[in-house]
Amino acid sequence: MNKNIKFVQGNEAVAEAAMYAGLSFFAGYPITPSSEIAEILAKRLPENRGKFIQMEDEIASLCAIIGASLTGHKVMTATSGPGFSLMQEALGYAVMTEIPCVIVNVMRGGPSTGIPTHGSQGDVNQARWGTHGDHAIVALTASTHQDIFEVTVTAFNLAETYRTPVILLFDEVVAHMRERLVIPEKGELPLVERLRTSVKEGVDYHPYLPREDGRLPMSDFGGVHRYNVTGLYHDMWGFPSSEPRVVHGLIRHLVDKLENRVNKLARYKEFFMEDAQIVLISYGSAARSALHVVTNRRLRGVRLGLLELQTLWPFPSEIIREKCAGVRAVIVVEHNMGQVMQSVKMAVEQPDSVFLANRIDGTFITPTDIQNILRLIQGKGV
Amino acid sequence: MSNKTYLRERFFPHLWCPGCGHGIVLSGLLRAVEQLGLSKNEIVMVSGIGCSARISGYVDFHTLHTIHGRALAFATGVKISLPELKLIVPMGDGDALAIGGNHFIHAARRNIDITAIVMNNRIYGMTGGQFSPLSGPGINASTAPYANIDPAFDVVELAQAAGATFVARTTAYHAKQITDFIKQAIVHRGFAVVEILTQCPTHFGRKNKEGSAVDMLKRYQESTTPIGSKAKQENPDLIERGIFVQKEAPEYCDQYDLVIERATGGQ
Repeated sequence: MNKNIKFVQGNEAVAEAAMYAGLSFFAGYPITPSSEIAEILAKRLPENRGKFIQMEDEIASLCAIIGASLTGHKVMTATSGPGFSLMQEALGYAVMTEIPCVIVNVMRGGPSTGIPTHGSQGDVNQARWGTHGDHAIVALTASTHQDIFEVTVTAFNLAETYRTPVILLFDEVVAHMRERLVIPEKGELPLVERLRTSVKEGVDYHPYLPREDGRLPMSDFGGVHRYNVTGLYHDMWGFPSSEPRVVHGLIRHLVDKLENRVNKLARYKEFFMEDAQIVLISYGSAARSALHVVTNRRLRGVRLGLLELQTLWPFPSEIIREKCAGVRAVIVVEHNMGQVMQSVKMAVEQPDSVFLANRIDGTFITPTDIQNILRLIQGKGV
Repeated sequence: MSNKTYLRERFFPHLWCPGCGHGIVLSGLLRAVEQLGLSKNEIVMVSGIGCSARISGYVDFHTLHTIHGRALAFATGVKISLPELKLIVPMGDGDALAIGGNHFIHAARRNIDITAIVMNNRIYGMTGGQFSPLSGPGINASTAPYANIDPAFDVVELAQAAGATFVARTTAYHAKQITDFIKQAIVHRGFAVVEILTQCPTHFGRKNKEGSAVDMLKRYQESTTPIGSKAKQENPDLIERGIFVQKEAPEYCDQYDLVIERATGGQ
């Protein structure tokens, strides 16, 4: 038997994938339903000479991993709604200072303490706009443990490539559900290592002067280049500046490096999309019910397709517009009051034909819930 | 030596007001680094937000100017991830003990090898003179127009109770003591706190009629006394200066090395 086959929770898939990607520093604070990630890494990291620390709160957790990233480590923290709210200021700091880091938010029902042990997908827009000010962000999700593994590795790769925080928006259902996971062999999934400067000691190193391809080679704290990192608008030296040219240049750089690559960053899966007349758009645990409906209805000849999103931000508007061109209806299936539906409506040519199939009572959306909406659209009544 | 060796002259002039005590702290700190013979590459200075926090921009070390109150949390990540680095964290009174109070007590509790310098001018200078948790009752501030009613923390007692293993206090008037205490704090293995009373003539001084920067410095001379002095017995209102705590206790990074040893079975 292949020893790399495991029967695990989604949270364990996240932790295993992080180790596979080269995680060497984790800081976190206990919170349901993400705590297993911290528990597993408290054991796994020191086995590999990595470091784990339980901080005094979620604010400190994100701050600590940003500090550890600067000494050259691949870093991660994991939390859920209330903790993610606390992290928003430091998240903006990581955006502004371009520090690679991965933040897992295992979504639970909100607002406030909400419903900690039940699933939700209510933090999608918070991931986009939770921190103050204009900015761009990367947020990924997945619906199966195998995909969680791949998407988590991708998160580390994107964080290093674009020098950005990457948010992993999983949800309680996939996080706590157990299913089969095949751990890929070493080398099976590509890993992106940190791009470090080739500038020699004694030669001026400009930490915030992008190369022609837009990338910023880093220099580890403790190394031969000493530079300043600040959350203020800063020049190529990393020193504070309120010069309009510098301010404009930096915000454009921060936004453009991601928003100009929307299609490249877009991860998604298509099921029966070739001839679909009605398209379901879903992600995370909700996509599991959506896939069941599509597979089931296809048996009865209904031309139904599923577009499962794995990249939620930057939002793949162009791809969605193309995939939904000419279809009769689009149904967005999600565990919230229509957060992705709003973005889909803005993306497609006929926003009036976009509908929502959701649940907001803390229970999992069933195929029947989706089929009921489908029947309404088809004029069949419930 | 010349302080210029350790300064980023490109970034001057600094933003501190004329008469501000923070420059004296900066100067004392650089002398300490020079006298210890530390390499600039082995020092990481982490700061938060406020007048005091700007000190990190001016020094030629690895510098991390972060968000309000969280400098010690960032510093904790830097230190554990690369324990051979020397971490120096200058903070203002509000930065360290209002918004940053939680991180302050937890860094002390862990006894992580970081040198925390509390530049205590008893006021929020950068935002225009609001009272801080170190202002104390009776102080006038822009948010205490009828005199402050908030009791103050005693930094020394708080740090000691939270578990700091080196705790000292001095003032901007006692410039040589600043260097001496910071030197000892950096050498100390564990969480070290040096409180330095530093004058803010622009906000604290003006609102509380304490006169010029020179007047305020003289006041530090008159209102403080070495620990356990006879003067203190005669006048209990005097503020004691000196090293209050200097003891050995397990340091956090050392302890984590033991965790790694247990996890790897010493392999």
